[in-house]
Amino acid sequence: MGDFLSQFGELFAAYDVPGAFWVNIQLTFWAAIFSLILGTVLALMRISPIASLQWAGATYVNILRNTPLTVIMTFLFLAVWTQLQISLSDDFAQNFFRFGVIGLTVYHAAFVCESIRSGVNTVPLGQAEAARAIGLSFLPAARLIILPQAFRGAIAPLGNTLIALLKNSTVVVAVSVSTETSTLMREMIESNANFIYAIFMIFAIGFAVLVIPIGLLTTFLSNRLAVRR
Amino acid sequence: MSQKSVLFDAPGPRARRRIAVGNVVGTLVVLGIAALVAVALANRGQFAADLWSPIFTTSAWQDYFIPGLQNTLRAAGYAVVGAVVFGLIFGSGRLARVGAVRWLSGVVVEFFRAVPVLLMMVFFWLLFGYNRISDDPAFLAVVIALILYNGSVIAELVRAGVGNLPKGQSEAGLAVGLTGGQVLRSIQLPQALIAMLPALVSQLVVVLKDTALGQIITYNELLRAAQIFGNGNSNNLQTLTIAALIFIIINWALTAVARWLSRYLSGRTSGATATGPGIGNPTAVAGKPGGPGNAIAATGDPSAT
Amino acid sequence: MRTRHAGAATLAALTALTLAACGGGEVGGGGDEETGGSGGDETIKIGIKYDQPGLGYQDGSEYTGFDTDVARYVAEKLGYSEDQIEWVEAPSANRETMLQTGQVDMIFATYSITDERKEQVAFAGPYFIAGQDLLVAEDNTDITGPNDLEGKNLCSVTGSTSAQRIKDEYATGVQLVERPSYVECVTALTAGQVDAVTTDDIILAGLAAQDANKGKVKVVGNPFSEENYGVGLPQDNDTCEDVNAAITEMIEDGSWEEAVTANTEGTGYTPNADLNPPTPDACA
Repeated sequence: MGDFLSQFGELFAAYDVPGAFWVNIQLTFWAAIFSLILGTVLALMRISPIASLQWAGATYVNILRNTPLTVIMTFLFLAVWTQLQISLSDDFAQNFFRFGVIGLTVYHAAFVCESIRSGVNTVPLGQAEAARAIGLSFLPAARLIILPQAFRGAIAPLGNTLIALLKNSTVVVAVSVSTETSTLMREMIESNANFIYAIFMIFAIGFAVLVIPIGLLTTFLSNRLAVRR
Repeated sequence: MSQKSVLFDAPGPRARRRIAVGNVVGTLVVLGIAALVAVALANRGQFAADLWSPIFTTSAWQDYFIPGLQNTLRAAGYAVVGAVVFGLIFGSGRLARVGAVRWLSGVVVEFFRAVPVLLMMVFFWLLFGYNRISDDPAFLAVVIALILYNGSVIAELVRAGVGNLPKGQSEAGLAVGLTGGQVLRSIQLPQALIAMLPALVSQLVVVLKDTALGQIITYNELLRAAQIFGNGNSNNLQTLTIAALIFIIINWALTAVARWLSRYLSGRTSGATATGPGIGNPTAVAGKPGGPGNAIAATGDPSAT
Repeated sequence: MRTRHAGAATLAALTALTLAACGGGEVGGGGDEETGGSGGDETIKIGIKYDQPGLGYQDGSEYTGFDTDVARYVAEKLGYSEDQIEWVEAPSANRETMLQTGQVDMIFATYSITDERKEQVAFAGPYFIAGQDLLVAEDNTDITGPNDLEGKNLCSVTGSTSAQRIKDEYATGVQLVERPSYVECVTALTAGQVDAVTTDDIILAGLAAQDANKGKVKVVGNPFSEENYGVGLPQDNDTCEDVNAAITEMIEDGSWEEAVTANTEGTGYTPNADLNPPTPDACA
């Protein structure tokens, strides 16, 4: 047992496991911010009075939501980087990291949009009618009345999207980000097959430790912030 | 559509003019971006006939896209059936009267919802491989990983579905002398399952999309078939586009079915029908059906994974 | 009651989908049907590359290339006719795993014999000696060897040792990107997003000869390593000696020479004559 532990210790000294998790956390952090912004814009488009914007928002959501994330990542590499020759940094590692953030952002923005729309659903009709009655037009009504309440009602689905985002950040391997957790786990298992269960458990528990608090926090916040009706 | 919304007044003549202008500008912006991308790709020769023509041959479909799609559907089919069974078992487990069963089911469900599917796939692929459990460890790994994750989501759907039934349902069952287990089996679960159906179909979209992760562990699903074919003709981008279109069309259709089912079934159960399973916590999604008269926007179905 | 019907209908639809999908697809055509041939019912699973023209290449339901020719010859000597061979794709990153896990019985996939790999798998052969080289754009004149890659962008496939070697031994400032296939690397090269693609000269020659790349890329022609292509076998095999005997026989009866010529025609490539044809090493 002691032997096992010391070998196991060596294994984790040889590989930078926290570093790999840190890459996933950073990916999640940036993609969360950007997809929240993009998703809010999309949600506004979908509830706006302008038909072409509604259509564009709906089309975006329907396409992105129904495309596997792996496809989006590979597409970024083959089309945007290779053919359109758009580089986001001269440093390859930075470049593909940023593409990873973009891939995660455009995919999860579709889900953020739908979460916010479900939040809009929790806003009672009277609120919107009252906003119109006092003469607010669409954008001021959305900004002052609808969205603040919608966000509070959308915390639970937004939290779920954040959890999905964190887990999906492993898929950036398809856009050549090679420092994240799924790549490291595979490397570690391939050269230390006798520790396969232990290695998997470390990574699985690592994600559980990150995901479960987000879930608890979301539940707490959505109960705390829900508009009492 | 726009005149029915409660978010803005029915537009008058001036507003209508502004909306018309907005429409034109919006359309132009969207078309402009599309045109810009298309021109850039055309400049790179990406619309050249010799990159596209290999795709429209019998061999491309017979040897690559259709077998790939078959493999995708096969993995998704097994995964969905397995996930429903897993979900029913552990969902009922979380509603059990014995504390230990409830606790154990809770741990299992929470654990598998927290671990990324790709991580599970890589692990099972290597594990089955090393232990020579199957001739096709990649297939088995894809199916098992999808069952564990989606089964856990469905377990939560079951729990939420039962939890959302009016209390009177179980009280009535108990009042006529049924035991707790009998109430669950013959009154609560059947109604919860009906309420779950649309969400279940939405979950099928999630499963189908996630089979594409099998590409990374060399499972010959649609995306990988497209990649292999693209390697032979140096047209990876074009074959990827075709694979993406196939995925989008199938998933779009499934989403439409889910929406239709949700409308069709609402009012046919005393639980609320949810279109979307949510990713981690369906209770919250299904548990907050908007109050009556909330015609602001359609219900969202955040079925991200 | 309509509720129950709708539910049943949906479940039936789901079941139908599952049943319809039960038969798996054989990606890449039906050339590898498992149904037994004329001889015994035994089949042999051979791992090859599917995306390396000239070496291991899947063309519809045909498998072509030098690796597949050697594999067919060896399989025949081991008592397997061509229709008893089940071809399996063995991407670089998965070769050890596939052997360790019994997904394949042997691998002919430009598989270099290295001490590191020998810890995990066994090798017969070598049956060919290639050298690591660089593929660059046709008009590129400033990259003539691995030392020129300082500060340049280099592409290779996931799990291959060749790119890491350049970073470790020749140009520490090289930027690496790894893709699942060389074809994606060459596309990035012709698009100008990477400066060079690295792997063994014979593979690069095959890629350069593809229709889409003709006249756009060239092999530098300054090999800087010796890659002994071996036959990958599981560590607990009992076929190593037989495979070596078959390779020796192939070299002696002229089929080896024939296979090399047939598969490198038109690429302007000639194998290093000092090293080829090789003599198989003794089995461990």
